[in-house]
Amino acid sequence: MEWEVVIGLETHTQLQTNTKIFSGAAIKYGAEPNTQACEVSLALPGVLPVLNKQAVHCAIKFGLAINAEIAPRSVFARKNYFYPDLPKGYQISQFELPVVGKGAVTIQVPAQGKNAAYEKVINITRAHLEEDAGKSVHGAVEDMSGIDLNRAGTPLLEIVTEPDMRSAAEAVAYAKKLHELVQWIDICDGNMQEGSFRCDVNVSVRPKGTEKLGTRREIKNLNSFKFMTQAIEYETRWQIETLEDGGKIQQATVLFNPDTGETRAMRSKEEANDYRYFPDPDLLPLIITEADKARIGADMPELPAAMKARLEAQYGLSSYDASSLTTSKDLADYFVAIVDAGADAKQAANWMMGSVSAKLNSEDKNIKACSISAQQLAQLLTRIADGTISNNAAKQVFEAMWAGEGDVDSIIAAKGLKQESDTGAIEAIIDEVLAANGAMVEEFKAGKEKAFNALVGQAMKASKGKANPAQVNEILKKKLSA
Amino acid sequence: MALSIEDIKKVAHLARIAISDADTSATLTKLTGILGLIEQMQAVDTTGIVPMSHSQNLSQRLRNDVVTKTNLRDEFQKNAPKLGNGSTEPAVADGLYLVPKVIE
Repeated sequence: MEWEVVIGLETHTQLQTNTKIFSGAAIKYGAEPNTQACEVSLALPGVLPVLNKQAVHCAIKFGLAINAEIAPRSVFARKNYFYPDLPKGYQISQFELPVVGKGAVTIQVPAQGKNAAYEKVINITRAHLEEDAGKSVHGAVEDMSGIDLNRAGTPLLEIVTEPDMRSAAEAVAYAKKLHELVQWIDICDGNMQEGSFRCDVNVSVRPKGTEKLGTRREIKNLNSFKFMTQAIEYETRWQIETLEDGGKIQQATVLFNPDTGETRAMRSKEEANDYRYFPDPDLLPLIITEADKARIGADMPELPAAMKARLEAQYGLSSYDASSLTTSKDLADYFVAIVDAGADAKQAANWMMGSVSAKLNSEDKNIKACSISAQQLAQLLTRIADGTISNNAAKQVFEAMWAGEGDVDSIIAAKGLKQESDTGAIEAIIDEVLAANGAMVEEFKAGKEKAFNALVGQAMKASKGKANPAQVNEILKKKLSA
Repeated sequence: MALSIEDIKKVAHLARIAISDADTSATLTKLTGILGLIEQMQAVDTTGIVPMSHSQNLSQRLRNDVVTKTNLRDEFQKNAPKLGNGSTEPAVADGLYLVPKVIE
């Protein structure tokens, strides 16, 4: 039987705020345990939650970015369960009336083997505001667990999709797109190691061609795209094998073990699932007006899809180039800055996706940490365009600039990379080469095209690589046909 | 809606309330009474009425995103639950609150 995998994602994005969602405690990552755990985080008797305006703004921005319905009135609810890192005994979340309703994200699934790349629309069911829980630390004291409540109350936006994805590749393409988007609109720093962007993946399988969804298992807390691929592929295989062996899938929460590459059931869900949500009497309904949306919308940056279209239309970039350059706002801004500083757009795109990105990758940096400014890079590209240096020499200049050896022109001068573009000088060199290589000239005249390239090589060598190759070609051709 | 003894035990467990067998049937009677009252209220026609999520018809005030809390860990941890076994020391170590070992 042929099987089809059905995948939906729930993503917890930590919102970029200074303080917690319901109190004025700081949320700096890596602080000493419990130094950011105020009385609200500790759930001391008598404390009341007060909603953070910035967290609400982030949610509205996200809603606008995915063209979603933003609820004019949404309600906070208590999700009740007992765990030591949740001292209140409930998490404040949203249930029936979330702040962001239905929206959509368009993903680009890359080509794989003989399957071509394609686009697909992934529907977003909802996104709601909630607070994070604290953290359990094991091993500090024997037979005890330690609780750090610094993270308790950190604002999260949980983004839930429809079960629209049909492969690990689609799920990862969606997760990457969402990751790019939340950073683009500046609501989340996207740091997956620190847990600012965590994905839960619901996986089920069904016979291909059938409608009814299979029983799903939820893979919790995936914090890298690589693990996500591995976990989904393992889980899919496991479910298919279980069903083909006559077994049944039990609804469960599973964890992925990166060391073994396997998923393993965590706990039975039947009881844990009974969260007995009800509206939190400590919080009033959240009202968002058209004016709020308009004001926040006016401050939004141009969205990646719009910018991609603009890069294609305004700068003549290919769809591929435009989409590579709009994977992050910083990258796109850097590109526009190079072009604004006078560089050719296509050349700028090639350099950014070539030398610049290779260098950044090798040093595990992002464009913000690039040691060459957009203006400097534009200057370098201008020096190629005006014939001062060759492409090869430009690569050397680039390396030197990266190493902080100075500006473009001083490096060109210091390394003697300036191209010889003086026609007289090049003619003199070529005359010498022709005189010294009579045999090659004869071969060329006898119809051997290869001899021409050999002569160009000789001329370049004689100029110590500094002659402008285009000029050498042109002058040589003229002299040989004379 | 009819409740069973099992429902009472389940709800008590979810709320982590210890309830003796003797109290279970008394609780069943009381809770059934409350549900009866709710059933009576549900008979009222509420077509076209927006459900309230709060008893006051107000909207949520928002707080500016400014740090107002300082680190009072030492004060708070003096009040942490005691270690137990007669110890009067708060159950804290290395800045962490200690709880019985959590096994996942």
